[in-house]
Amino acid sequence: MSKEQIRQVLKEHGKFSADIDSLADNADLYEAGMTSHASVNVMLALEDAFDLEFPDRMLKRSVFESINAIDAAIQELTA
Amino acid sequence: MDNPATPMILAARLVAKEFAAPHAKAVDQDARFPIEAVTALKREKLLSAYVPAEFGGAGVGLTELVQIVEILARECASTAMIYAMHQIQVISIVRHAMDNPWYQNYLRELVQHQYLIASVTSEVGVGGEMRRSHCAVEVDGQRFKLVKDATTISYGAQADDLLVTARRNPDAAHSDQSLILVRKADYTLEQKGGWDTMGMRGTCSPPFLMSSVGDVAQIIDVPFGDMSAQTVVPVSHLLWGGCWMGCAAAAVNKARAFVRGQARANPGTVPPTALRLAELVSMMQSLRTSVQACLTEYETLSVADDAAVGTLTSMGYSLKMNNLKIDATQALPNIVTKALSICGILGYKNDSKFSMSRHLRDAHSAAIMVGNDRILATNANLLLVLKDD
Ligand SMILES: Cc1cc2nc3c(=O)[nH]c(=O)nc-3n(C[C@H](O)[C@H](O)[C@H](O)COP(=O)(O)OP(=O)(O)OC[C@H]3O[C@@H](n4cnc5c(N)ncnc54)[C@H](O)[C@@H]3O)c2cc1C
Repeated sequence: MSKEQIRQVLKEHGKFSADIDSLADNADLYEAGMTSHASVNVMLALEDAFDLEFPDRMLKRSVFESINAIDAAIQELTA
Repeated sequence: MDNPATPMILAARLVAKEFAAPHAKAVDQDARFPIEAVTALKREKLLSAYVPAEFGGAGVGLTELVQIVEILARECASTAMIYAMHQIQVISIVRHAMDNPWYQNYLRELVQHQYLIASVTSEVGVGGEMRRSHCAVEVDGQRFKLVKDATTISYGAQADDLLVTARRNPDAAHSDQSLILVRKADYTLEQKGGWDTMGMRGTCSPPFLMSSVGDVAQIIDVPFGDMSAQTVVPVSHLLWGGCWMGCAAAAVNKARAFVRGQARANPGTVPPTALRLAELVSMMQSLRTSVQACLTEYETLSVADDAAVGTLTSMGYSLKMNNLKIDATQALPNIVTKALSICGILGYKNDSKFSMSRHLRDAHSAAIMVGNDRILATNANLLLVLKDD
């Protein structure tokens, strides 16, 4: 369920050239064209969608590199 | 700064005094390459200073390189900037391509022949945005082809090899970049304009159309985005920091000598300019302190086990290094301007030993080289999610 929501956020805010639906859960989002600028918008939208705040220690490339990585971070914050 | 006089530091002092200083004025006036200084840097094996000892280099650390850059910049900022830019390329290779046999071999050759490596990140249409490329690597079997329309390649005509950013392949996104080393025999450069600039004239950095081929082994595996965050950006700002400190120190030292001269002319009184000098020295100290603090932190973080996924790749760190660039590059022209006001007309005259003209013009490149507004815009974006917690 949450992975679907993440996908939706990426679709709306990730500014991808690739089709998000065709991306695997472990595909590298940066390789798919997510810029650092777009990743900030993704983070903001995720905070809004999941009603949480990413602490600064999580604001790094590896935490947002795939749908799986984002999902793991959200699970950790909402556990 | 009291540098411990290591062999590389001694060599840098020699090059600065004997081969950079005597030609700095002509290099600036004619916007010509500082050939004497760069030839001396090669002779002293300073181009391979960072290469690990197992490959034949001197294996010095980043802190020592920053000191070398400062020593050179006190005499000729163009020479220092060329040296700094070359070292950024060497460090990127050492940190990210060392498990590639082609690059291991290349580094051994670099030590032997003292190749000078230029950087090609700028491109028509992306300007100063290092993390975007239009051009793409086209692979055919074991060979690749790459054409790039670059807006600025420092010492492009004098370099041996080039380290180029490009999209990973023709289907890749603009931000999905690779870094590729191309060899002198395998590229051509068509110069598309001049380099008649205000300062940093000796870096000889005109636009070029670059066409190259090579072996696929020359395409570094690590995505450029990772290299950029962990190495290229912090190391650039620290090595450029050495150049800015040297340029500032040269201006401060002229002002110091000027005030001392006034004091000697009027023994027993403190000349009014000494007050301005006191302010100037405190500005210089702040610049030095901020470069030094970031350097110390980077040296620790970059050798940590989690360097590839840890603090170096965090937004908070990126903000900090960006702030160093903004602050230092704003401080530099202020320092030189203040030194100018101390020396008065003798600082304003081009033919006086207190002339500030070259330092002031060189100093203004710092805010342009990767535009400060662009960096501030990045910070503004990061601050939308950073919480400073
Ligand atoms: C001495 C020197 C040597 C150099 N050597 C090399 C080299 O060897 N290789 C290389 O690849 N490059 C090199 N460069 C860097 C290259 O020239 C850069 O492209 C350049 O510094 C920035 O280009 P720009 O001013 O055209 O572009 P931009 O960064 O686009 O800036 C233009 C202006 O537009 C504004 N601006 C642009 N984007 C934004 C934004 N996102 N937000 C807000 N404002 C914005 C800013 O006000 C900026 O001043 C060198 C630069 C210098 C000064």
